[in-house]
Amino acid sequence: MAFYVVQFLTGLASAASLFLVASGLSIIFGVTRIVNFAHGAFYMIGAYIAFTLTERFSGAFGFWGGVVVAALAVALIGVLVEMVLLRRIYHAPELFQLLGTFGLTLMVEDLVVLIWGPDDLVGRRAPGFKGAVDFFGQNIPSYDLFLIALGPVVLGILWLLFQRTRWGVLVRAATQDRDMVAALGVNQKWLFTSVFAVGVFLAALGGALQIPRDAVHHAMDLRIIVEVFVVVVIGGLGSIVGAFVAAVLVSELNAFGILIFPKISIILVFLVMAVVLIVRPWGLFGKPEAAARKTPGLTVNPWRPLTSNERLAALAALVIAAMLPLFAGNYALTVGSEIAIFVIFAVSLHFLMSVGGLASFGHAAYFGLGAYGVAFLAKMAGLPMIVCLLLGPLLGCMGAAVFGFFAVQLSGVYFAMLTLAFAQIVWSIAFQWVSVTGGDNGVLGVWPASWAASPSHFYWLALGVAALVTVALRVMVFSPFGYALRATRDSLLRSEAVGINAKRIQWTAFVIAGTTAGIGGALFAYLKGSVFPDNLGISLSVDALVMVLLGGVETVSGGVIGAIVYKALNIWLVSQTDLSKLVLGGFIVLIVVVFPKGIVGMLEMLAQRHRKSSPPGSSLLAKPIESAE
Amino acid sequence: MSVAPPLLAVEGLTKSYGGIHAVRGVSFSLRAGEILALIGPNGAGKSTCFDMLNGQNKPDTGHVRLLGEETTGKKPREIWRLGVGRTFQITATFATMTVRENVQVALISHGKQLFNLWGSAPNVDRGEAGRLLELVGMGGYADRPCGELAYGDLKRLELAVALANDPKLLLMDEPTAGMAPRERVELMRLTAQIAREKSIGVLFTEHDMDVVFEHADRIIVLNRGALIAEGSPAEVRGNPQVQAIYLGEGLLYEAGHREGTSA
Repeated sequence: MAFYVVQFLTGLASAASLFLVASGLSIIFGVTRIVNFAHGAFYMIGAYIAFTLTERFSGAFGFWGGVVVAALAVALIGVLVEMVLLRRIYHAPELFQLLGTFGLTLMVEDLVVLIWGPDDLVGRRAPGFKGAVDFFGQNIPSYDLFLIALGPVVLGILWLLFQRTRWGVLVRAATQDRDMVAALGVNQKWLFTSVFAVGVFLAALGGALQIPRDAVHHAMDLRIIVEVFVVVVIGGLGSIVGAFVAAVLVSELNAFGILIFPKISIILVFLVMAVVLIVRPWGLFGKPEAAARKTPGLTVNPWRPLTSNERLAALAALVIAAMLPLFAGNYALTVGSEIAIFVIFAVSLHFLMSVGGLASFGHAAYFGLGAYGVAFLAKMAGLPMIVCLLLGPLLGCMGAAVFGFFAVQLSGVYFAMLTLAFAQIVWSIAFQWVSVTGGDNGVLGVWPASWAASPSHFYWLALGVAALVTVALRVMVFSPFGYALRATRDSLLRSEAVGINAKRIQWTAFVIAGTTAGIGGALFAYLKGSVFPDNLGISLSVDALVMVLLGGVETVSGGVIGAIVYKALNIWLVSQTDLSKLVLGGFIVLIVVVFPKGIVGMLEMLAQRHRKSSPPGSSLLAKPIESAE
Repeated sequence: MSVAPPLLAVEGLTKSYGGIHAVRGVSFSLRAGEILALIGPNGAGKSTCFDMLNGQNKPDTGHVRLLGEETTGKKPREIWRLGVGRTFQITATFATMTVRENVQVALISHGKQLFNLWGSAPNVDRGEAGRLLELVGMGGYADRPCGELAYGDLKRLELAVALANDPKLLLMDEPTAGMAPRERVELMRLTAQIAREKSIGVLFTEHDMDVVFEHADRIIVLNRGALIAEGSPAEVRGNPQVQAIYLGEGLLYEAGHREGTSA
């Protein structure tokens, strides 16, 4: 019994730090609508700076002072980031900010290694909380007890801050309707900056307070960010109390899950999140999101099919790509195949995101399912390659059919989080069901048949499938179904009022996107000759998002360019420099700031400006705001 | 000799939110080709009433029948399939699509082509879409992005979209809200003309009394959730209770108490 109590208390202690970070994320999202992917990075920098300060300055004052100063310093960095980067992209397409903060995260991961080295750093214990308390023969670190008390104290302080100060009132008002707050004469810029600073401060404090419990290392950002997303979503975006309750819930699930269900311990948290989202789509303490006001002036170019000239150009590009084996070596061809496969992956997500307006954060699940599908068929059933390639993606299709059914009941950030949860569940199954999937060791020896074994043949196969998939999805964009899907994205109210069953349309799109991703995964299994749980992991899902956003989410086929640029740059950088993440992250941030519509979006804009400049009489079309009244 | 059922028959519609009786036992009917205005002061229950007709909201009790068929509790898209077109108080259109594409989506849905993955949508019902746009005077705007339209044009586009399924009934929630006075008159004149030509029944809510008295064949008046008057524009104009509601708050209070819930 005492053991369980201790386990419970350990869970509560972990909850404190999680709550701090989650409340910060929640506040930032509530006001600025930015899904701050860099929140984990700020948490990590907080821990690193606190480590340095507490090592340098001795004594109780040195430690506690170090922790607080570290958090303040990171908050300052946060202010800088907000002013230099985020302010420029508040009006960019939704989720573009996610790409920017993801770029930051990449940069920070390399920077901390550059500054503090790659090794784990073990910090010192907190003065005054070095011992342990005996509880019926079980030891509880007294620092844990301190953290347990800290959680509710911080909750209380935040509550007072939001209920009793003018700033808190403004933040709450802005969470409900930021345009109205701006209309009332509140300086929105500084409100956003201060909110961001407070959120980052909380994240960094959470990181700094972890020093006595955990080693500081350069991958702690990704570990916490996923957990924090889960907490914020379960609790309800924008709800501090929700974040607290959910932090406790998640921490206890982690603490007891490993005891009670060791087989599915990793899954448990995501399973709970999925159930919460299905039963209460806005989280335990959240409220339904009010429909965001459309920002005027953000008109999108209407999509149109390619002209015959453009078709010829695309065909020419394909022919040139197909000639690569004539002058490139085997390595380049393998890279080419990988890029082609990622084009398939990217256009599948692009279809869902751009046409359907549904940003999946767990799209790798269907890519990976396709890969596992092939692996099972090839290794267990011993089927020939062509059959495997045709049937393997069906596993992705089935996964998308099941998960998609639940996911499309939600929208926006909640849709993103539910897809993330499903992807994590699939990943956990692949990771923990060792007898079938081989767990971490994966499935090895998935080799292509002799007709596709040479690098050039495989390259042509991958390129051909990529071209076919891209064309097929483009055709669908301009099919009646594509129109219906865009209709559900633009206005649910209007689509229902013209007889469209929006959920069913979106579900169909989800299955199409999942199956297509599965095709990419199937080819990927043969390219690598093996399948690992990483093939459906979070980082791959993030890669897909980055490729789509980089290409331009408002374009029809931007994913193609996004995939080529991102993947080629990624592979090239890894071979050229140890600081590939720093360079890639910097590049992404640059793209976000300079080309907020993505690469293809920018090209289209330039082309349009060029067209517009010739006939002067057409200026009427270019000024949406003036024509509105 | 059996009498054909009216186009729209509403019987004893009631809806409460907590202790507030938003709509109390409202009954009325609408014939094909008739233009019926639903008026009343703010908070009278017009929008609640309207939402129960179009499927956005479910009544606590009461029935809505379209040509004798029960539509109570049906979803908006099911009601649309029965031949009911709608326009919204705040326009709802597909902002990233062109004006023509907006109409085409409705036509695609009407033609049950929604799950056609392979056809060429730009060519689907292109002529019909153009004809509908001409009908509402938007023919010259077909290729404009919808997000660029002025508000009055959006309202006309909504009318074209609402006509795409060859409706028997048009439900228009404040069709002229947010429009300039001249645009109002034009839009309602157009609506009335189309309704008479195609024998479409029109039910609309409206705050602008000039629009109501000029274009409605018949008017029903709601106050505090109850139907208090019904009749031709002249009859309603002469009704002392209606005058009380629209002319004096003090009188309104008196009238509401003296007369009870129904007229």
